Order: sequence, then C-alpha cells, then structure tokens
Amino acid sequence: MIPAVVVFVYLGAVLAIGLMARRASAGRQDAEDFFLAGRSLGPAVFLLSLFGANMTAFSILGASGHAFANGIVTYGLMASSSALIIPLSLFVIGTRLWALGKRHGFMTPVQMFRDRWECAHIGTVIFAVQAVLLVPYIVIAVIGGGTTLRAVSGGWVPFWLGGAVVSLVVMGYVLFGGMRGIAWVNTFQTVLFLSFGAIAVVTIGHGMGGFRQAVESMLASPTTAPLLTRERVSPLYFFSYTFIPLSSIAFPHIGIFCLTARRLAYFRKTVVLYPVCMLAIWLPSVFLGVVANRATDIPAVKAKVEARATLATEGPTLSADRRDQLRAEASGDDVILKLVEGYAPLWLTAVLGAAVMAAVMASDSQILALSTMFTEDVFAFYVGTTRARDALQVQTGRLFVVLVTLVAYIVALAAPQSIFDIATQYAFAGYAALTPLLVAALFWRGSTRWGALASTVWTAVAVLAIAVLQTVVPPPPPGAAVSILSVAGVDVIARAASGTTVLGLLPVVPMTLISALLMVVVSRVTAASRPAAATLARYF
Amino acid sequence: MLALLATVLLYALHQDFWFWREARPLVFGFLPIGLFYHAAYTVAASGLLWMLVRSHWPAHLEDVSHE
Repeated sequence: MIPAVVVFVYLGAVLAIGLMARRASAGRQDAEDFFLAGRSLGPAVFLLSLFGANMTAFSILGASGHAFANGIVTYGLMASSSALIIPLSLFVIGTRLWALGKRHGFMTPVQMFRDRWECAHIGTVIFAVQAVLLVPYIVIAVIGGGTTLRAVSGGWVPFWLGGAVVSLVVMGYVLFGGMRGIAWVNTFQTVLFLSFGAIAVVTIGHGMGGFRQAVESMLASPTTAPLLTRERVSPLYFFSYTFIPLSSIAFPHIGIFCLTARRLAYFRKTVVLYPVCMLAIWLPSVFLGVVANRATDIPAVKAKVEARATLATEGPTLSADRRDQLRAEASGDDVILKLVEGYAPLWLTAVLGAAVMAAVMASDSQILALSTMFTEDVFAFYVGTTRARDALQVQTGRLFVVLVTLVAYIVALAAPQSIFDIATQYAFAGYAALTPLLVAALFWRGSTRWGALASTVWTAVAVLAIAVLQTVVPPPPPGAAVSILSVAGVDVIARAASGTTVLGLLPVVPMTLISALLMVVVSRVTAASRPAAATLARYF
Repeated sequence: MLALLATVLLYALHQDFWFWREARPLVFGFLPIGLFYHAAYTVAASGLLWMLVRSHWPAHLEDVSHE
C-alpha cells in the first residue's frame, strides 16, 4: 500500500509541475509557446527532457523484460548501438532541423517537407503515416503505467485503473503546460530515474546475496548460462538491430523537440552526454533483468521462469492458445518491479516504483507531437493560418490531446502483446524506414516530392504487411521458425517466436534500404518536378 | 575524412563477434565480458561524439538561423 501511495504522491507532483509551467507561460498563449515552449529551452532542460522523451516504458520495463528472457544481448541490441546512432543523428540532422525551424518558423517535420519539396497533399500522406506509427508508442506508456501501478500496489490497483490514472495525469500536465510542462516534467523524471538506477543495483545485489554468486550460479546451469553470452542470437540478427535507432530522429516528437532549444550550442552537451545517460539507465535495467533468472525465491519470478521452461520443453505439443497463455505468464515486463518488491526495503520500493513510473510516463511528448501535427499539418494548413489564429490553434491542439489519450487508453486495454514486441515491430521499424526522407530533404538537392511519396507509401505498406503477417501466422514455439516464403531452398521470409525475419534480418533492414532506394530512383525519374531554384537556395 | 573513418570504425566495432559465446572473464567478478564490452563501447561513443562536436561543429547554422 505504501509504495502505491508514494507513486500517487509522485503523480500529483508531476501534475503540479505542469501547472507551474502554465503559470510560467501565462504571458504568452501563442501556438509556438504551447507547442515548442517558445523555442526557449536551456541546455540542461534540453538534454534531460530530450533524453527523457526517448526513454519510455520500453527502455525500462521492456529492456529488463527482454533481458530476462534473452540475456545480455539486449544491451548490445538496443542500448550500445543507440548510444552511437541517436546522438549522431541529433548532431547531423537535429542541428539542421533546429536552424531551419528557427529561420522559417517550422513547428513540425511535415511543414519542412512541404516547403522543401513544394508539395501539399503529399505532406498530408506523410503526416498520416507518422501519426499512425506514433500511436503504438503512446500505447506502450499506458500499458507500462498500468503494469507499474498494478505491481507496486500488489494488485490493489488493477491494470485498467492504473492505465487510466497515468493517462489522466499525463493528459493533465500536457493540457496545462504544453511543451514547457513536458520539458520540466521530463527533466524531473530523468533526474529521478538516473539517481535511483544505481540504488536499485546496490539494493537488489545485496538482497540476492551478491551478484557474483548469482552470476556464477547462472553459469553453472545449462538453462541459464546462455543468457550471459549471445550464442542464441545470430550475428546477422544482431547487426540488423543497429538500424532501429535510425528511427529516433524520424519520430515526430524528437524532431519537434529539436526545435525547442534556445541556441544551437545547446546540442553540444546533449550529443556528448547522451551515451552516458544511456549507460546509466540501460546497464542496470539489462543486468537486473538477466540476474532476475536467479531470483526464484520470489514466487512471481519463479512462476515466470517455470512458464518459460514449460514453453521451451513442451511448446511444440501445446495448443496455440496455451502457448499464448504461457508467453503471457513468462513475460518479464514487470520483472524489475518484482525484484524491487522482493529485495528492497519498503520505502525504497516506493521510491523506485515512482522512478520506474517516471520512465514509463514518457508518452507526454508523443501525445503533444500528435496534437501539434494535427493542428499545424492538417488544421492550420487546410483552414489557413490566418483564419486559424494562435488561440484557435492552441484550443485545437488541446482537444486533440484529449482524443489521442483516450484512443491510446482503449487500445492499451485490448493489446496483450509484450511492450517490446509492439515497439520494435511497428513504430520503430516504420520510423527507421522514414529516415531517408529527412536525409534526402536536408542533404540531397535532387530529391523530389514523388521520391518522398514513394518512400512513405512503401513504409506504410511494409508495416501493414508485417502486422497482417504476424496476425495471420501465430508465433511458433521458441527456437523454431515457420517459413513463409522460400526461394531455391532459402527462407526469404520466416516467422519466429520473436517476430518476422527477412533473410535472417529484422524487417527494419530491408524496409529502410528499400525506402532509401525508392527515394533515389523515383527522384531521378521525376527530376523534372524538382523544386524551384529559390526554394533550393533556402536549404543548400 | 578522419572523423568519418572513426565513426565507421566504431560502428563496425559494435559487431564484436569475438566475445559471442564467452561469458568469462567476469569483469569485477560479476559482469560478463560481452556486457562489459558494450558498456565500454557506450563510453567510447561519447568520446567519439565529443571529438566530432569539437572538430566539426556546424557553427554556420547558428548564423543562418538569425538571418
């Protein structure tokens, strides 16, 4: 009960921060202030809030859950490659987005695309694909919120209520504080989580009788020893994960966040310190997820390990429904919370519960990004910025915040898949495939709107195809793979327990490469539709 | 050119097949070598980015934004 109370106090605190942000911007109620904090964020808030915007339920609950089932490979798959590629993309692309936004008043990536390629409705198509891909990301946070509140309250707060509470709190401070509220809350949350990651490691390590003993014990068992290496993952599959972080800069909320810095120089510290923040959050999450396999003195963890063992040994003989049930029981999305519950003193459980809650509430910037996109890319664009005055734009943005939150909550209640699966298979892969649009717009004079349309439509079709395929073909037992398309004895497309593969790679690789190829080929074929020289002169 | 080469090299070093099937040595007595390598890789990424920011900072963009 006490942990739940502390978490509720924490939720009240972030709501209060949102209200303070509203007071801070009382003098300015224009669209730029609501959607971009008036392009006025300082260096520390810019770093911490941008980092916080990238850290979701996925990075804490999903990472430790994935590590619980797959071992140390989780860190190499997502954290270390992201630590290089995300700040590099901020350095190369983010700085240019900032400069163009400042110079031309852009508030969304689509506004820039429309101007750069002299297009109207193609921009709307890009908006639609971006918006559809962003919703799963928001759903992740609702699921994470529901899971966390249920865990820290010992089941007293059911999943549906926990998700509703988190959704309402996030919606509240986004409505009140806009981007400034989000930036302040994200800063507070990121500091909280960075501070308590180390405490969690020390406390849980002490509770388990030391990590040395736990790791040696894992190495002595043939079922857990592989979790401390990467022998269960092919190098090709591992390599394909390096494409996932390309998605970060293409996420509209990250692109929009790049526009909020007061000065370009504020990117410097963000770029350099981003990997350090990644290390501070991901290393404890992954390591604790792995060693949780030895925490079988905690009944909830023991049940997960047993469900996974049953799935591995009897999986092929079980019905698909029974396998789904065992997968749900074995899911490690809440394993870090179970460790904290099992080994930390009550007060620390409460504080750590709040810290985890901080990480899972990062959907705020996605919700505001969707709202900004709808308001600027659709409403203001079609109604006209003259008619859609600033106050009306802000009102429309707020209305859309409510709608987005409601839809995400309803979807979260009906989505049983693990956080990690939803994130990687839909949103991340789709946005990675949209990255060629940004690169072409900013660095290639020869790119055209038709090339942009081809890449966007391809991305939408590919994501849809994966979603349909994964719905139609149920996941096979762990370790097995079902061939979907085979050519000359080679499995081109296969369905594995963890998702779909294309020639042994994650779908994100062919999706991104084909998207880039389409941009090049279609732009060359439609070279006559290149923008006017005056437009190009604004960019190159 | 040097910066580009350093970036490509670091990207390539992510694929550390040499520690693929080994958990030992355990760094600090509990950290599998594969996990320690990627933690160190993360720190190296920060170092590379520090070098890039110092040597290739796009200062001209700040001027452009004020036009």
